[in-house]
Amino acid sequence: MILRRVLAWAAAAAFLVAFVVLVTSRIVVPMSPTGQEVVAGPLTAFDLSFYLLSGLAFVGAFGVALSKNVLHSAIGLLIALLGGGALYVLLSADFVAVAQLLVYVGGVLVLVLFAVMLTARIEEVNISNKSFGVFGGLALFFATAPVLSFVAVKTPWPLRQSPELVASTEAIGNEFLGRYLLPFEVASLVLLATLIGAVVIARKETRPE
Amino acid sequence: MSALPTPAPARAKTPRLAAAVSIAAAVGLPVGLFALILFIVPVLQPDLLDAFIRERLHHDPATWAWRDAVYAVALVVLAFVFANFAAIFSGILSWWERRVAGRIQSRIGPNRAGVGGFLVWIADAVKLLLKEDLVPADADRILFRAAPYFVMAGFILTFVVLPFGESIAVTDMNVGLFYITSITALVVVGILLSGWSSNSKWALFGGMRSAAQVVSYEIPAGLAIMIPVLMAGTLSMQGIIRAQGGLPWQWFMFRNPAAFVTFFIFFTSQLAEANRTPFDLPEAESELVAGYLSEYSGFRFALFFLAEWGNLWVMAAMAVTIFLGGWQIPFVPNELYGQLKGIGFPPLAWWGLQAASMAIFAVKTIFLVNVIVWIRWTLPRIRVDQMMSLCWKYLVPVSFACFLFTLLWQIAVAAVPALETAMGLGLTAAAVVLAVLFARQTHRNIAAVGDRIDLSNW
Repeated sequence: MILRRVLAWAAAAAFLVAFVVLVTSRIVVPMSPTGQEVVAGPLTAFDLSFYLLSGLAFVGAFGVALSKNVLHSAIGLLIALLGGGALYVLLSADFVAVAQLLVYVGGVLVLVLFAVMLTARIEEVNISNKSFGVFGGLALFFATAPVLSFVAVKTPWPLRQSPELVASTEAIGNEFLGRYLLPFEVASLVLLATLIGAVVIARKETRPE
Repeated sequence: MSALPTPAPARAKTPRLAAAVSIAAAVGLPVGLFALILFIVPVLQPDLLDAFIRERLHHDPATWAWRDAVYAVALVVLAFVFANFAAIFSGILSWWERRVAGRIQSRIGPNRAGVGGFLVWIADAVKLLLKEDLVPADADRILFRAAPYFVMAGFILTFVVLPFGESIAVTDMNVGLFYITSITALVVVGILLSGWSSNSKWALFGGMRSAAQVVSYEIPAGLAIMIPVLMAGTLSMQGIIRAQGGLPWQWFMFRNPAAFVTFFIFFTSQLAEANRTPFDLPEAESELVAGYLSEYSGFRFALFFLAEWGNLWVMAAMAVTIFLGGWQIPFVPNELYGQLKGIGFPPLAWWGLQAASMAIFAVKTIFLVNVIVWIRWTLPRIRVDQMMSLCWKYLVPVSFACFLFTLLWQIAVAAVPALETAMGLGLTAAAVVLAVLFARQTHRNIAAVGDRIDLSNW
């Protein structure tokens, strides 16, 4: 039994590492000789807000992972999503930031809270997050952390020096109805199918037996 | 005359002072607040702040290291002013609503503190602040304490993009309307958390009902918002107002028959989202004690109600912005503001136009707030199933139909621009006729029971 679990975790870790390595080898380009050197400059207000907001997102993410109470985890998720949305604003992606707020905070998170409150075992929320395999978690952590930190440190990330907020809504709309029309329509078809499927599943009891 | 010693001198003195204080507060607070907003919002915009840094502090704003600090101070000042505007508006509205309720129900309402009981909201606030902040023994302490802040944040953050006048908005975000609809999601989170963390079945029922209601009515409200967006071609609040005009037939509500229908859908959905009667099922005091805020007391209770009354301003201001022409002054073209402004500190004529636009916006908004108050004391609460079927069976399909109609309508208007003007004039005339008929019927109904319109006895 134990052996099977260890094997499953090892396979998952190997798969994850292979995936991360594959993806990074595709998107991480080698440092070009004329590549811009990263120089540590003085701490500007932009940097400060970046660190504050990423810290916020980190705190939220840790709350999600470490809290044993599922509702506290949901609040951690809310904080992480708000931090992520604020980082989008810093990257001058205003539409994406607001969409993140609308979809994840207004939709997904409210549905999560709603679903948790509808469960019959609402009295025992404290047991909800305990199926947490320490061994498997540690294995995954030690398998992925070196790869991710290597990528984070060694990649020549492109530097963007313009934190000016440029409105992006119009550009997004034009791209959706121009260059990316087909993916956009396919995605909306998928969403429609999901919607109809949800209705069909939810209405099961009215079917003739 | 009587044997009793009359305390006339003492009694005459105190009411006079109280009257002076309450009249000064009733006039001074709103006027002062609006004047403060009128002055402070255009002055604390980046261009004037940069000019201030260049001319008074003798630094180049592009290279000066402390420019961000100046900006941050300006933001804090703006946040302080708008938080206080929201608080004082909802305080005064709490008094006004109780007075109107008293009149509608043939009673008096609060009338002791100051003239017409005006100071009662300050007394209420002091009472609520001095009350013990109770946390139920079995409640989830952290979430119970945190929940009011979510409600408060979701409410107060809408003021970032709510316009008050032509240049009087904290910022004109490109995604302003979208921002408001998404930031108010925090209110739902707060209500759900307060309902669950109280560990009381009344609170839980209230929270569930509220979440179901808000999530459902977000759909017709979101679709209704799309119609002015389609007509204006922008999501920015100020951009939508600039696409309209000062006269009623230039407002979006009357320019398009679908928008006329949508205005009522939007208004209804907003009532439901703000948990106002006839959609106050989450608080239904006759069945659920007080719903999600049953267990709250003191300051946290006050925060919930501050957000609830303050939301009336947000609702009404949104409806005015996207359907009723916003701050547009009749016969004043949009270009005039820019021509008058010039470079540097704006001239007096510009400030006059701003004040006029702000007054128009405030009058429209306060009128709609009054309509919401009248509705609350006129209509009974509806049942849960009626609330759900109204949303999903009527409002959602009708708003979808309006959305599709508007798409075709915009194509038709692009081909024949006169269509929009003709429809505007026709719908405005129709609305005036409807209003006159409504007033006549009301008058007849009052006369039929042997009563008469009586505005005395305040």
